[in-house]
Amino acid sequence: MMKKLIELHVNGEVHSLAVKPNDTLLDALRNHLGLVGTKEGCSVGECGACTVLLNRRPALSCLTLALDAVGMEITTIEGVSQGEALDPIQQAFVDYGAVQCGFCTPGMILTAKELLEVQKHPSVDEIKHALSGNFCRCTGYTKIVEAIEAVSTERRVKS
Amino acid sequence: MRRLMNEYHVIGKRLPRIDAKEKVKGQAHYTDDLKLPGMLCGMILRSPFAHARILKIDASRALKVPGVKAVITGEDTVKVKYGVISRSPKFVDEYPLAVDRIRFIGEEVAAVAATDPDAALEAIELVQVEYEALPAVFDPELALQPGAPQIHDHAPGNISREFHLKQGDVEKGFFQSDFVREDTFTTQSAIHAYLEPHAALAAWDMTGRLTLYTSTQTPYYVQQHLALTLGINPDRVRVIKPCVGGGFGGKSDGMAALDFCAALLSRKTGKPVKIVYSRDEEFTAARRKHPVTITMKTGVRKDGTLVARQSKALLDGGAYCSLGPLTTILVGTFQTLPYRIPHFQYDGYRIYTNKPPCGAMRGHGGPQVHFAQDVQMDMIAEELGIDPVEMALRNGLRTGERSAAGFSIISSGFAECVRRVAEETKFGEQRSSQKANRSRAYGIGLGCGGFPSGAGFYFTNTTSAHSSVIIKAGEGGGVSVLTGASDIGQGSDSIICQIVAEVLGLPLENIRITSADTAMTPPDMGTYSSRVTVAAGNAALKAARAAREDIFRVVAKKMEANPADFVAANRKIFVKGNPEAFIPFEEAINLYQTENDGAPLVVKGSYNSPDKMSPTYSFGAYVAEVEVDLRTGEVQVIKMTAGHDCGQPLNPMSVEGQVEGCIVMGMGYALSENLSFEGGQTLNPSFLGYRAPAANQSPEIVIHHVIGRDPEGPFGAKETGEGSLDPTTPAIANAIYNAVGVRIKDLPITPEKILRELKKKGKS
Repeated sequence: MMKKLIELHVNGEVHSLAVKPNDTLLDALRNHLGLVGTKEGCSVGECGACTVLLNRRPALSCLTLALDAVGMEITTIEGVSQGEALDPIQQAFVDYGAVQCGFCTPGMILTAKELLEVQKHPSVDEIKHALSGNFCRCTGYTKIVEAIEAVSTERRVKS
Repeated sequence: MRRLMNEYHVIGKRLPRIDAKEKVKGQAHYTDDLKLPGMLCGMILRSPFAHARILKIDASRALKVPGVKAVITGEDTVKVKYGVISRSPKFVDEYPLAVDRIRFIGEEVAAVAATDPDAALEAIELVQVEYEALPAVFDPELALQPGAPQIHDHAPGNISREFHLKQGDVEKGFFQSDFVREDTFTTQSAIHAYLEPHAALAAWDMTGRLTLYTSTQTPYYVQQHLALTLGINPDRVRVIKPCVGGGFGGKSDGMAALDFCAALLSRKTGKPVKIVYSRDEEFTAARRKHPVTITMKTGVRKDGTLVARQSKALLDGGAYCSLGPLTTILVGTFQTLPYRIPHFQYDGYRIYTNKPPCGAMRGHGGPQVHFAQDVQMDMIAEELGIDPVEMALRNGLRTGERSAAGFSIISSGFAECVRRVAEETKFGEQRSSQKANRSRAYGIGLGCGGFPSGAGFYFTNTTSAHSSVIIKAGEGGGVSVLTGASDIGQGSDSIICQIVAEVLGLPLENIRITSADTAMTPPDMGTYSSRVTVAAGNAALKAARAAREDIFRVVAKKMEANPADFVAANRKIFVKGNPEAFIPFEEAINLYQTENDGAPLVVKGSYNSPDKMSPTYSFGAYVAEVEVDLRTGEVQVIKMTAGHDCGQPLNPMSVEGQVEGCIVMGMGYALSENLSFEGGQTLNPSFLGYRAPAANQSPEIVIHHVIGRDPEGPFGAKETGEGSLDPTTPAIANAIYNAVGVRIKDLPITPEKILRELKKKGKS
């Protein structure tokens, strides 16, 4: 298959890469750009581990062709924090014990980030609904929901 | 209780995990994130037949695909079988690549390595295999019939394992009972559904040594089994466990076929080879939980006191042993927790069928039997007109007792767990109040459990201790911990660091840990049987105490005091009762080196379970509150209230994470999760088809820590990662009965089953 040369805008940087027409955005991020923070859990759009933001909206990078992401603003987990400082959602995931094996974590954080951008103070049910496309097998979701709720209400960490 | 927790600086605190920061930044590396120069992509060809003889394999067309570097089949192997329980030859029944016969759809037949996944996939499809189909059998009952297809030559009648246990005299017990009932319960085929698929990356060096990065719970077993099946000495094999994205028992089989295939393909091509399972492969060919049919006959006195239990279990084992021989035992012995049963008899049979092999899954036999046991307890309580809470309290094992299977209970907070959840949920009141309208009914139910905190022996023959830890302190006062224990997401690295930090009086961030690298770290059985906190934790505690003793000795000499008069806290070594007299930790390490000709401070600690069953046991009692939609039969779990006794929680936040994860997994087991089969073919090999719970199904969870100090566990801690699963499923089943008055004894309790039973009930 002939490769195509494309440019992708990822985390504020422009990358040139040669992709096959059937390469997914997930392939491009993980295998071409070395951004392995985005995880592959099922490759058929069911688990949400590969969630990235496309033009600030959550998207499943395993179901998105790299060619279709050209011209879009792509945010991966590597682009969420500013330097050393964690994003408040990342910090809350750390502080509230919302991370266990960590494989769903990048996708969860990106989904949560968009949720809190479009809806400042979601209810617990709204948070759960927003996360229902991101599968987690370790946490039972409880502490993930707590962490997101804490950010939305600016609640302080339990000591 | 509160005072107990305040004795410590690091232990008992809600501290974030040491690896949480790198995980939220996407910087934690799992096996599939690793790349080596020249690395090839491996893929496995799987059998489309449930039972067949392999007559011929022709890989010539596959090898012509551009980019394909090698194809391997059973003929390229040393044809040695493996099995995780390698102490018993009867349980060593599987080739890592099929040699002459395949026994389930999805069994590994050949593997290819190519420069890219497209070429590998194309090649896989071009490997031509000639099969001779054989009659297959999928139902364990049918597999036992005379004339049934025989799956293994060494197992006539398809019996993979039988286990019999007798304590007291059940016939006498039933005679002494006022009330006896017998029920049959069935459980479904469930699977771990960890988020990270299996992955392995193999590379050989110029000296003929293999390094394998793999997604495993048991790197030391992988080392043993890989060496065996490759025909090399274990010292040639280094297994490294990078971050693992969950296991729940599904990565504890000693070795997965992809570990072997990656290693052999790498040896053949001279290049690193990585293989990652697809989600489809995970759901169709990886290990799963045993479906079990349990017949349980229980006799009690009028007041609800258990007198006798006789049970028989039939385990659908699938095509190979995996950890199933042990499951066969545990389905029996776990029935003797958390209750006292004076007369007990168990007969368990694991049957080979032409389906993917069943092994260990979180709770390992416990979820199956605790569903049966506690649903039957609820039925008995109802028939005797006793509150289930009272019945649980009457029968619960207490400290100092021994269960019918011989589990020695050295600490039990069971009664307190039951009392707490009953009180918090107003159990008696809620249970007797009828809260239903025309469309929804509310119900409440209790489930109980107990679980071993550790295993008593290795599955392999070895002289290694169950867990060992090495501590090294040096330049700048830095402390390094080396442990063979495998953190698979449960947080053992953090807990081990907490233990060392506490003993040495250091903050958590001063401890660096290297874990699960067979060339660097000391041996450890691995992450299973809920053993890591107690075993590796105790090894860490011993090593840390040894380091502290060495430090106190040199400090005492310098300060001309008695070593027994020192304490380590706040990065300092103090004289007891005199906060002004101290030496900073870093200086104490320098002092040690000066006193020892510059040699670093290196100490070790090891731990072996003092009991061949388990060092100690956790307990729990959970209350489920549900709402059942009377029109659709759909169940919503509104709230779970958990009372659990894991001794002293070393990190309550981590403990809660285990309990919450168990509850949602137990809820999926109760209500929806199920692998369906037809002719040995898995019909729903996907997350959506399998129906594990999503966030919007997760209930409110309230956790009560019943804190005690276990005499054996480090700082009094016991397990929490598996036992927390067991009470959930029966609690939900009992709550459904309380809501709508129908008993479903066949998991999962789907809306269809509820509506069917409601309809039957309406007619009668």
